[in-house]
Amino acid sequence: MADPILELTDVQTHFPIYSGFVRKRLVGTVKAVDGVTLAVERGEVLGLVGESGCGKSTLARTIMQLVPLTGGTVVLNGKNLAANSATEMRETRRGMQMVFQDPYASLNPRMTVFATLAEPLLVHRVCPAAEVPARVARLMETVGLAPRFVQKYPHEFSGGQRQRIAIARALALEPKIIIADEPVSALDVSIQAQILNLLAQLCRSMGLSLIFIAHDLSVVKHISDRVAVMYLGKIVELGTAEDVIDRPRHPYTRALVSAIPTPNPDVERARQRLVLPGDPPSPIDPPAGCAFHPRCPYAQEKCKLAVPPLIADGPNREVACVRLGEI
Amino acid sequence: MPLLTVTDLRTWFHTRNGVYRAVDGISFGVERGETLGIVGESGSGKSVTCYSIMGLIPQPPGRIESGTAVFDGVDLLHCTPAQSRAIRGKRVAMIFQDPMTSLNPYLRISEQLIEPLRIHEKISRRDALTRALAMLEEVGINDAARRIHLYPHEFSGGMRQRVMIAMALITKPELLIADEPTTALDVTVQAQILELIKKMQRELGMAVIFITHDLGVVSGLCDRVQVMYAGRIVETSDTRTLFYSPKHPYTRALQRSIPSMQAKGTELFTIPGMPPDLSKPISGCAFAPRCEFAVERCHREIPHLEPVTPTHTQACLRVQAGEL
Repeated sequence: MADPILELTDVQTHFPIYSGFVRKRLVGTVKAVDGVTLAVERGEVLGLVGESGCGKSTLARTIMQLVPLTGGTVVLNGKNLAANSATEMRETRRGMQMVFQDPYASLNPRMTVFATLAEPLLVHRVCPAAEVPARVARLMETVGLAPRFVQKYPHEFSGGQRQRIAIARALALEPKIIIADEPVSALDVSIQAQILNLLAQLCRSMGLSLIFIAHDLSVVKHISDRVAVMYLGKIVELGTAEDVIDRPRHPYTRALVSAIPTPNPDVERARQRLVLPGDPPSPIDPPAGCAFHPRCPYAQEKCKLAVPPLIADGPNREVACVRLGEI
Repeated sequence: MPLLTVTDLRTWFHTRNGVYRAVDGISFGVERGETLGIVGESGSGKSVTCYSIMGLIPQPPGRIESGTAVFDGVDLLHCTPAQSRAIRGKRVAMIFQDPMTSLNPYLRISEQLIEPLRIHEKISRRDALTRALAMLEEVGINDAARRIHLYPHEFSGGMRQRVMIAMALITKPELLIADEPTTALDVTVQAQILELIKKMQRELGMAVIFITHDLGVVSGLCDRVQVMYAGRIVETSDTRTLFYSPKHPYTRALQRSIPSMQAKGTELFTIPGMPPDLSKPISGCAFAPRCEFAVERCHREIPHLEPVTPTHTQACLRVQAGEL
């Protein structure tokens, strides 16, 4: 843990819920992200997995400062983002960029590829205006698009190509870290593989760090160095991709891994599946103690008493389960 | 005698930009109690096939150009509206990908659940409600007696899909068509829904057509699989054969591009290029421009499905010629 590019300490993002039309009263809080501590190394790919509603996208938006932080600190490249002034923030944003899930919604349909890619260059005055066309062409080549398509509009491209444009836009400011929120979930299998290859190759060649958010564990395992598993706003397991996915320790991770269907009929039919009952609980009113205990097959009385902290389990491995040694 | 026999089905869409051949001459059958998986990428025609069988193709722009779909002696594509009403929704039911948009947000779950019963079985409202309640419990909804009176927005995604399944199965259909029913759900909920479909299938002895793009889902659920590409079937066989000895280059490529089948850190195998534009006539094999084995003949001759073994057919000219 020598040189982290991004350090999160006890990050919390809570959303207040108001009731009443004229006189608004605070009736509760959605604890979307509730105490996440995490570090991302330079050049590292960190996979972030969890079910919908577990807070993984909110965490991404919190890091990007797209939603206000309730508590904790986000330190990018040695700088605490909360202490930044507006001018500093503008500079800081160059260092981190985001790629969104839906390439149909995240590109402006009225802007050509050129306009989309030139905008960040012009806003941040990265280079003289005369050099912009050449930079745009280079960006397009980087992501595997022919520069002759520069005057086309997003609707003229397929889903995979649009996601390439979104990646090029994120790369325009030469960031240190990219946060990709489910970048391949909307794409077909054969196109998914192309985008994954592109992301992996970019990380290697440019020394980029990447936070890769997905719900497909096999995709995450392929691309990530380390994986963090989230449940109801908290990280429940953290470790190398092989450890977490091939030898999961937390009961939730086990259930998640066991739920992935494998494309191998003999294995698939022979395996004992751990099917979790019910849906994830509401983050407005999380269960006492370990938030997973109502669905956990190993839950005991002591699981309901206190929130289990993340404890080290061997090198590079942290698990938040009080029954860790027993199961 | 199969339960459903589709022969030479062609569904084309006549749009301003040309004729889009979404389904272009496919034939297949489903036996009683069998699970058939239909696999393919977006735009391969797998959903249009099932929409055609269910009579859900908007006409115009769609048009069923040719073909028959014979269900238990009745051709669903050319029968009288009365015949069709007696079968669709009762003996053949369908569930859709997005449980958010396929339930009516203005009606209570109870109204939506008893509608098929009231239409098809002419039973009293009270009896229908009793059946609906039993069905909701069957699909694993806790506290069903209270929840039956709620509206769809009060349910989570997985629960809505359970309601959809209850609605489809309440008339005890002989054939269930499931169009990507788990794509919009989390893996843990997907596992629950797949278990539920398997359980209901065992109890009712119905046949299932399961449309998906996820080969992993197919491997655990389906007896037989057919792979579609550009509106045609390129390979069909029992599940084990398709996974362990696929013949068609597209099936093989599809399998190789799954991340979990490949060593970590290696470059993922990808199929170059994109699926063809179906509004333009395709000469020869539709997959040839992306196929690593394509020769000149593949671009010229239209391939047809031919058996490899009695239960395994595929449509690659070079495999048929024994070259691959």
